[in-house]
Amino acid sequence: MSDSSSLSQRSLLGIRGLTCADLDLIHSTAREFKDVLNRPIKKVPSLRDFTVANLFFENSTRTRLSFELAEKRLSADVVNFSAAGSSVKKGETLVDTVNNILAMKVDMVVMRHPHPGAHHFLASKVDVPIVNAGDGTHEHPTQALLDTFSLRQSLGEDLTGRNIAIVGDIQHSRVALSNIWALKLLGANVRVCGPHTLIPKHLSKLGVEVSHDLDDTIRWADALNMLRIQLERQGSEDSVRFFPTLREYTMRYGLTLERLGQSSKSLTIMHPGPINRGVEISSEVADSEHSIILEQVENGVAVRMAVLYLLAQKRG
Amino acid sequence: MQNQVLIPPAQFALILDRLAHQLIEHHDFSETDLVGLQPRGSRLAERLKVHLEELLPENTVNCGKLDVTFFRDDIRTHEKPLSPNVNDMGFTVENRHVVLVDDVLFTGRTIRAGLDALLAHGRPKSVSLAVLIDRRFSRELPIEPNYIGKHVDSIGAQHVLVEWAEEQELDRVILLNSKPQ
Repeated sequence: MSDSSSLSQRSLLGIRGLTCADLDLIHSTAREFKDVLNRPIKKVPSLRDFTVANLFFENSTRTRLSFELAEKRLSADVVNFSAAGSSVKKGETLVDTVNNILAMKVDMVVMRHPHPGAHHFLASKVDVPIVNAGDGTHEHPTQALLDTFSLRQSLGEDLTGRNIAIVGDIQHSRVALSNIWALKLLGANVRVCGPHTLIPKHLSKLGVEVSHDLDDTIRWADALNMLRIQLERQGSEDSVRFFPTLREYTMRYGLTLERLGQSSKSLTIMHPGPINRGVEISSEVADSEHSIILEQVENGVAVRMAVLYLLAQKRG
Repeated sequence: MQNQVLIPPAQFALILDRLAHQLIEHHDFSETDLVGLQPRGSRLAERLKVHLEELLPENTVNCGKLDVTFFRDDIRTHEKPLSPNVNDMGFTVENRHVVLVDDVLFTGRTIRAGLDALLAHGRPKSVSLAVLIDRRFSRELPIEPNYIGKHVDSIGAQHVLVEWAEEQELDRVILLNSKPQ
């Protein structure tokens, strides 16, 4: 069979490593799952003989819920694990923890881990497909897949030459890096926008534009992906700040209706959540017709179903 | 042995016409919907809809496209990954009579998946099955069609291919001696 019906990878460790055909396959499969989710009975028996372990070594609400729903809608059995209150606190290594879970006949692992690269390490040690649900500040591939899926639904299938800006805390965001890889694969023009201190030094080497001017970026873009300021990753209260005050950040980089008015186009506004209303995005914008934030959440379940479904298939 | 034409175009048209008349004989199309199984059964369902609406000008016949991929029993054991087709059911089948339509009935497993997939769109009052080709003696499940275009006795290695004018210029059915790649 041609490559168009199976993924090039056995695990989803990051967007880096995927091909454009992989993205197209995941998105076309997700479209059919989105249809399933809008039926009276939102469940299919595809993975009824399949067990998935959700291992969350870092906090998560929406990603975990979204994965769990996706697994349940596919009729998979689900076991959940969170690092808090587990043997990890007793000194067990990651490989031991996972091997113990796999010994209970688990077929796939969905994992979030605070250390970048933990999934790559694990993939070399265990023999089941692994889905990266976020590794530190590195990648969050399913978020990028659902963001690009939502963009394609909003702007049209072909993103070639469309201008997409990612705004805010690029430095601490795994969503940003995955989105950059995915958007570049689909041929979009990518610009990141934020204060100097929150944009990694060599980012332009990935082929993205760097801007520090939100107003100019708004005039340039077809869509804006607003990222949250990740205060929890910016060190303690006493350490050196990345910007003077939240108020100053909002003055320069907060998205308001007034600012949006500068664009001659009907901009699409995205946000991976959780949103900090009044910081990176005003309530009026978050609730406006420009915003596809809740559609992103809806699409998230369909995209994750597609990823699980495709990775669960027999490999040649 | 050469590939054999089982149904030439002239006979194909007669069979479609007969199937449409048989359906009218047994169904009131104000209460009955056609549901074609994707990808190849929905082509037959579309054709039957056109015939039925010519014969019954006062009726609009609902015709859905049902994709059974996610309901198949061989998803994870199939040698090739199964890609879904578009599912397009614009109506619910709650309390309706449904005629499931497929081009070739072979093992019966696709129809089994189709029955499951159909139930996600409501609880139909009844379901019957119309097929263009019934490959007899090859069933793996207790499923039998109500309306049959033509019986074909063939061995497992052979493959029955239905060609449609919309795609291949002519309406006809061919018996291939091996499965096409």
